[in-house]
Amino acid sequence: MKTLIKIAWRNIWRNKLRSSVVILSIILGIWAGLFIMAMTLGLNEQRINGAIDTYLSHIQIHHPGYLDDPNIKSTLSEVDKLEQVAGSIPEIKAYEKRILATGMANSAGGAYGVQIIGINPVNERNLTSIHQQLTEGSYFQKYKKNPVIIGKKLADKLHLKVRSKLVASIQNINNDIITSSFRVEGIFQTNNSVFDESSIFVREGDLRKITGLMAGYHEVAIRCKSIDQTDAVLARLQSEITRDKVEGWKDIAPELGYAQEMMSSMIYLFMGIVLLALAFSIINTMLMAVLERKKELGMLMAIGMNKWRIFSMITLETLFIAMIATPIGMLLSWGVIAYFQRHGIDLSMVAEGLSSLGVGSKIYTFLPTKEYWIITLMTLVVAFLSSLFPARRALKLRPTEAIST
Amino acid sequence: MAVITTKEITKIYRQGDIEVHALNGVSIQFEKGEFTAIVGPSGSGKTTLLNAIGGLDTPTSGSVVIDGQDITRLNSNELIDFRLNNIGFVFQAYNLIPVLTAEENVSFIMLLQGVPASKRKQRACRLLEEVGLSEQLSRRPAQLSGGQQQRVAVARALASKPKFVLADEPTANLDSKSTGNLLDIMAKLSQEEGMTFIFSTHDQRVIDRAKRIITLEDGKIISDVTV
Repeated sequence: MKTLIKIAWRNIWRNKLRSSVVILSIILGIWAGLFIMAMTLGLNEQRINGAIDTYLSHIQIHHPGYLDDPNIKSTLSEVDKLEQVAGSIPEIKAYEKRILATGMANSAGGAYGVQIIGINPVNERNLTSIHQQLTEGSYFQKYKKNPVIIGKKLADKLHLKVRSKLVASIQNINNDIITSSFRVEGIFQTNNSVFDESSIFVREGDLRKITGLMAGYHEVAIRCKSIDQTDAVLARLQSEITRDKVEGWKDIAPELGYAQEMMSSMIYLFMGIVLLALAFSIINTMLMAVLERKKELGMLMAIGMNKWRIFSMITLETLFIAMIATPIGMLLSWGVIAYFQRHGIDLSMVAEGLSSLGVGSKIYTFLPTKEYWIITLMTLVVAFLSSLFPARRALKLRPTEAIST
Repeated sequence: MAVITTKEITKIYRQGDIEVHALNGVSIQFEKGEFTAIVGPSGSGKTTLLNAIGGLDTPTSGSVVIDGQDITRLNSNELIDFRLNNIGFVFQAYNLIPVLTAEENVSFIMLLQGVPASKRKQRACRLLEEVGLSEQLSRRPAQLSGGQQQRVAVARALASKPKFVLADEPTANLDSKSTGNLLDIMAKLSQEEGMTFIFSTHDQRVIDRAKRIITLEDGKIISDVTV
């Protein structure tokens, strides 16, 4: 085997240019594939984190029928128990009770349907990052009466500025539509333009007075210490809270969960296509190498080198090429991905489109370590499979014909 | 006792609709230690006969018995093993492994036979010394002249301790001096070690040194002369 390895290794370098070209193509293929994977995963990660940070949190609890029919009277049944259980789960970083209402935001510039979120500003800071995403004004510090924080897109649509008056039409507990005026204290801009134009934040107490809902909550949002803990915390809460509906972020915003699953599949499909292209490049190169060495292979068979050894030699040559290219491709990919993970890829040119997807104008690449191992393994498997055809071609050579060519 | 016996071997090729009878019932025997040249014009069947004796090609009919074993009945894997352990080959174009040194080329065949590394090295060095290449052990084929490469090929053919050596036009690419040297070496090995050499050749210098000359024409033996 040692001599076979030696021959296979030296054979690679018989045609340095050809071997270098195929090695380079594998390196570039791996790099391109991994970089696109990292960009896709980074974009999706940012989209999910953005949604979780902005409003969603990891887990939300509602009255069982609230999300299908957001009736103001559909408040949570087990808030006290929930607080007790949440306090005993160490993986929970923070939770916040909210009241919600749907209504119309009106100004001299127009009217727009919104969700009005009544929050405790102090607690909400621990849960979401709206307070950090203000572009103008302040976060519930300035006005004593009915301050409101609105998104930039809504502000633009309704021609509102800080200190402008916003009139909201809201359904109260008696199902009457009442209007109430708010003063714009702050304008936020998240990466999600849809959220920015459809959600406004007011103080819980102000909303209670307007709606007449003096007790109860519509929503409890829970933030875990890490997104990976969501499923475990969710399972624990679901076992304890039975009268209210406990859902994870994937259930509340299924489009994010689907996107994550779809992108996970897509990246492998994409990598599969890249590897398929590489496979053809390897097959072509190795086939050329075999046909060029017909005479030599025929001689080896004539003097007594059996088929298994011929097969192993061709396979080893292919694997050596892949074994040279793969670590270099991985290292190059790791370097580039690490750079853009830190500095981001500036896509300001398409910022508006990205914003409607809930993503910022800078994409930070992200690729888990396990993906590097999976792709390394996939590349080596593809290289091995690619060697089968040229190796089979070599085995089909007849010594007499090969020698006489 | 004959080392090789062929009985009525025929080889028919098809070239489109035409049947070409490369060998037409060739029956012949080779004894141990013979130094034989198979001669004849191009297309007379020299190489076909050599291929049939060497188990590189299967005759259409007839048998090739080597040391009591009919090799026409062996399958391709068995034939590879048979060739490895019984037959040495010397080709017209040397056909050495270009990425291995002279010593490694000679050792390689012993490696295929499973000979231990120390014995391989020892025998390869001795054989290369016998063919006058003790100074070129670590040179690759591209660093050797044609004559030197063919001498390495002879050393390789002998390395597996074969029952006989088949050499197809071994001197076709060599100059007079190299041809002389090569023939001296092979004749010496034939005499001293009783090795059977069978050449197919056009080369008068080879024919002049042969002890037996078999002439083929149209796939038939037309003369078999012992000198």
